[in-house]
Order: sequence, then C-alpha cells, then structure tokens
Amino acid sequence: MSALKFQHQAQRTRNAEEERARRGSPVDSQAESRVESRVESHVESHAESRIGSPAGSRGASRGQMRLSTRHTRMRRARTTVWLILFLAGGIGLAYNALVRPNGMAQVYVERGEKVYVEAVVAPPLGAPSGEKAATKWLPSDDAALIDGRAVANSAQPSIKFTETRGIAPRIARERRTAGDTNVTLSIVDTLGVWIAAFFTLAIFSFLWRDNPVYKFAESVLVGVSAAYWMTLGYWSTLVPNLFAKLAPEAIKSWSMPAMIIDPSEQTTQFILALVPLILGFMLLMRLSPKGGWISVWPLAFIIGTTAGLKFVAFIEGDLMAQASNTIAPLVALKEGQLQVGDSIGNVVLLFGVLSVLTYFFFSIEHKGRLGTMVGKVSRVGIWYLMITFGAAFGLTVMGRITLLSQRLEFLFGDWLWIIDPANIR
Amino acid sequence: MSTQHTQSSNAQHGPFIRFLATLDRRWIFLAMMLAVGTPILLQLRPAETAGPLSTATFDVIEALPAGSRVLFAFDYDPASEGELQPMANAFVHHCASKGHKLAFLALWPLGAQKANETAETILKPFHPEYQAGVDYCMLGYKAGNEGVIKVIVTDLLQVYQADVNGTPLSEIPMLKGVTNIQAFDLIINISAGYPGSKEWAQYGTSAYPDAFILLVGTTGVQSNQLYPYYPAQMKGMLVAIKGAAEYEVLVNGKYGETAAILAAQAAMSATSGGAMKETGVPAVLQEGQRRMGPQLVAHLLMVTLIVLGNIVYFATRTKGAAR
Repeated sequence: MSALKFQHQAQRTRNAEEERARRGSPVDSQAESRVESRVESHVESHAESRIGSPAGSRGASRGQMRLSTRHTRMRRARTTVWLILFLAGGIGLAYNALVRPNGMAQVYVERGEKVYVEAVVAPPLGAPSGEKAATKWLPSDDAALIDGRAVANSAQPSIKFTETRGIAPRIARERRTAGDTNVTLSIVDTLGVWIAAFFTLAIFSFLWRDNPVYKFAESVLVGVSAAYWMTLGYWSTLVPNLFAKLAPEAIKSWSMPAMIIDPSEQTTQFILALVPLILGFMLLMRLSPKGGWISVWPLAFIIGTTAGLKFVAFIEGDLMAQASNTIAPLVALKEGQLQVGDSIGNVVLLFGVLSVLTYFFFSIEHKGRLGTMVGKVSRVGIWYLMITFGAAFGLTVMGRITLLSQRLEFLFGDWLWIIDPANIR
Repeated sequence: MSTQHTQSSNAQHGPFIRFLATLDRRWIFLAMMLAVGTPILLQLRPAETAGPLSTATFDVIEALPAGSRVLFAFDYDPASEGELQPMANAFVHHCASKGHKLAFLALWPLGAQKANETAETILKPFHPEYQAGVDYCMLGYKAGNEGVIKVIVTDLLQVYQADVNGTPLSEIPMLKGVTNIQAFDLIINISAGYPGSKEWAQYGTSAYPDAFILLVGTTGVQSNQLYPYYPAQMKGMLVAIKGAAEYEVLVNGKYGETAAILAAQAAMSATSGGAMKETGVPAVLQEGQRRMGPQLVAHLLMVTLIVLGNIVYFATRTKGAAR
C-alpha cells in the first residue's frame, strides 16, 4: 500500500472517529491520536524505505518524500511551539517558587492544647420539671463551666489532645517572626496542595493529547472513587441500617455511641433487618455461575419499590402540579390592570406546550389538510425544543467555565500565590 | 467527506478559511484557558444587576420573621463547589444576618463537609454570636436519597436521632418540639444533581404544598429542568454562577458591611498587627461576582468561535463538494 493510499484510509478512519466523537463516543481522542501516530510513523518509514527504491517509481517517491518532509516539518514546528509554552510555564513556576520572597503553596497551622473534662450539666432554664442533669464531656473553657451551669467532675481525669487549625500565611509569618512556636508550616497540608495542583495539571494535560500522566491521574481518580464509595456504603448504609439492627449493643459500643436503643422494638427490628440481609445475599448470587437467576428476585424487588416510590412523586410533583401551573389566564390582570408581559408569557407558554405535545403526537400523518396543519404546529414545537436545547447548552457552558475558573483560581491562588483576593498571603 | 473532496474543497477557498478549517483544536483550548485565566489574574469583575429569580429568592428570606427555622440541604460535593459554594455562603450569611435558626443536612456524602466548611467560613468569623445547638446545628449526611426526604417530611427522628456530634435531637435547643421538617419555615436546597432540588420539590413541596417554602440554588447543567417548578413549587431559584453573583449583590447591598463583619475584620487586623488590610465586603462573600469576569471573556470567545465556525461551514458548503 502506498503512503498516500494509507493516508486516505487513515483520513477516512479519522473522519469516522470524529463522527463517533460528535455522537459522544468515549474513545474519540485516544483513537484519533492512535490514527495520527500511525499516519506519522507509516509516512516516515515509507519515505525512508523509498529513498533506495527501484527507478520505476522514482517520481512517486519524490512526491512521497516531499509530503513526508512537509509533514515532519509541520510536526516539528508544532512541537517546538508547545515546548516553548511548557518551558515558559516551567521557568515561571521555578521563578515563583524560588525567587519571590514569600514563595508559594505553603499551609500554616496553629497548634493548641485542647482539654475536655467530664461535667454535670444542669437542665436549662425553662426546661420541664422532670428533666434531670446530664453528664457530658465539655471543653475546659466551655461557657457552661465558667458561668456555673456545669460542674466539672474532679474524680474523672481530663482528656488532653493537640488541636490544629489553619491560619492565614501572612499572620503565620508575622507570628513566627515574633517567636511564636505554636505556628508551624504543615508539611502534610502543603504536600496536599502540591498533589492537588499536580493532579489538576495532569487532567488538563489531556487537552494536549492522551499521555501517561493523564492516564495515571485518571486511574488514581477511579481507584480512589471506588474505594471511597465502598467505604461510604459500608459505614453509612450497612453499619447503621443493617448491623445496628441485627446487633444493636455491639454496634453502639463499637462505632455508634449516640445510637438510641429501644428494647421494645429490638426483636421487630431484628426480624425486619433479616429481609434486606437475605435479599443482599441473593443479589450477590449474580457472581455465582449457576445461581445467577437468584439475583433476579431482589432486582425485581428494587425495581418494584423504586417504581412505586417514583410513580406517586411524578404524578403529584410533575404531572398534576405542572398541568396546574400551565393553566394560566391568557389575559393576566393584577388589581384590574392588564399585565402585558405576563399575558404574553402565558400565551407563549400555552402555545409552546401544545406545539411540543403535537410534535410528539405520531398518530396523524402530515398529509392532507389536517395533517399539514399538524405538521406546521409540530414544526413550531421543534423550534421550542431547539430553543430549550440551546438554553440547556448555554447553561452547561456557563457551568463548565465556572468549574475551569475555580480550578485556575486554585492554581493561581492556593498553589502559585499570584492572586490574593482575600489579602491573606 | 472523502480526502480528495477535502483537498479540492480547501484548495478553492482563501487562506483565512483554509486556516480556520485546518486549525488545530488545541489552539482553541489554549485560547479558552487564556480567556478564563486572564480575567482571574487581572481580577476583572463586571457590574451585576439582580434579575427576577434572584430578587424573588432574596425577598422570601427577607420576608421571614427573625428567628424562623431554616433547613439547609447541602446536596453537592467539591466537584460543583465552583458554582454552588458562592450561593451557599450568601444563603448562610443572609439567613444569619436575619437571625434565623439554621439546621444543616445532606443527601450527598460530601455535602455534610461542605456544610461544616460553610459554617467555619461564614458563621464563625462574621456571626460569632451563633452558638452550635442554639442557633445552628449539623444533622449530617444520611444515605437513602429521596427516601430520606420522604421519611423526614413526616418523621425526622426516624432518620436523624442525633446530630453529627452525637447529641440527641431532643437535647438540641433549637430543635425542641421538632418532629418533622414541616416544623421548618423554609427549606434551602443547594443541589448539583440527584438527589437534589427536583426530589425536594417532588417529595416536599408537591406532597405538602402549605407546609414550608422551598428555595433552591442549582448548577447550570440541571437548571433547565427545574424552571417549570418555579414559582409554584419553588418560590425562588438561583441559577448557576450568574444567579449566585446576582444574589450576592442583593445580600451584600444590605448585609455586606454589618457591624459584625467590620468587627471581624478589625479583629483579624489586630491579630496580625495590622497586616490584614481587607476592608469592606469580605472576599469570601464576593466569590460569585469575581467568577463573572472569566464568564464574560470566555463567552465572548465562545460567541466568536461559533460565528467563525459558521463562516467556515457556510463557505465550504457553498463552494465545496462537501455535501
């Protein structure tokens, strides 16, 4: 296959990839870069092999070489431009970190000793007469201890621990200069800022092209997210909603000290908790090669309850309420005065609803007198839909730009320290 | 379109069209990065005027008598805080300035942490009179999505027996006598998706229309689906960063330089030996307005690119064999 033919084929592949990307395929850029690299490597290798080719195809060979040379030159120019941009960024970063007096990306904390004492707290003023004093652990500087509403239990030893809290870098520098040893640079928090900046830039690097740094960041994100959701599911669902019902005393002493146990409900709760436990095990049977069918039953239960829950909500909150909201007077009056804006708005609303509904009404073919009219109204419906999609797109763009600006604020502010809107650095 | 067609088509056009048609998309990424980054560096901030949605939202909170119970549902996480945190800050500052009692819960796991952060950032420095348990409380996160709403709307204690510190709800002074969320005068939901504003409207205000008022702050992506709920099921709505900026203008216009804020700034300045020079409305209460600078320039670039894209499309469609 000649290089030109290969290029044509690659171009067709690229077009197909782009078409897929426009339709939302997740592998667009990887495939594109793959095609690009294939084209480049093939053209180069082909051109190299053609240099010593037989005389019969010398003319074609010269053409291929010219094409290859131009392609290589363009690629080099592009690489040079981007290299210059990256170098400029790197030099700026180094200057920022090393030359500027206050540096960058430092997080300071103030350490203080916190003491908690066990105290007997009197019921608040106005409390019901039967309310008794409660025993609680309070900070030693708590207002209740100072004004006498609570009395510390001297027999119980106090609990001491070191508390750290973030402090503005400007204040931290001044206090450190004045010899305050409680204010220190937090290595862990500072490292956190650097790691966050690295991952932000790693994700941004995908805009250049798919690369190992991006892949690393993506993999870390996926891995951490999976681990996070698994841990969260365990602690926020399994422990309080299942284990706490099956073994309340054990869970209370282990992980939920604030749990209130009602002995009269304990047996009922235990029996009820067996239902999700069994359903959960049945769901796991999906992993079994022969028992997969067992998982269909809990799935049916999940789908049934979800449908039931949603059905009522959508009937109430969307169908009935939205129909009611749409029924608005076409001539809006307020204290006897015509409200022109509201009236126009209500007419537009009514016509929009009807025309969009007509667009989704497929029972009449757009032929004949009635069909033509239905077709025209549905065309108006299309315009309403297009305007809605345009508004949705505009709002989405606004959201995405905000997210980008927030990440850049982080890079410029928390990491590089070249902006300081709150004047804290 | 085949390669021959592309080549022959491009050959027919002038250098400008050829340049645009073959422009590497990474230059557009770079242009967008500059369009967003430059206004941040220059701290460009266009003037904002409040629209009807933001004004309606502001008026609802203003109309509540001081000391009303307000329930905050923080249904978002750090991925959306760029849009939603300015709203959260402004909502909390507004309610605290009016002296309302605030309870925070979350249907998103990290929403509880965002609520804590907001209390640390807004309540502690600018409303030091607010005491935990008396004026505000943290109920934390509960799993169950809309199921949680459906339960707490009639029985709060079935889901929330204690706050995040383990204090039973019956011992929290501001929640004395509260058995369900219908005891709250207002619910403010700050939402990035599911579960969020839609679910609060469906299982809250739609099921119990006269029980409480619902205000929402939403991301731009989902706000299109929420417009139909305004004003019947949601009495106010802040849409994306624009809504946050408008609302900030209204809140800061009335509560931006209160005595508490001036005292907080004086205290910070005293702690730092006078080095903290921040005066006027605190920067944390102007985040939304600051982020409108990048919006302005990025939108101008976007419009320019759309126009150029259309020029290329029509030029190649008319002259070329692209069809």
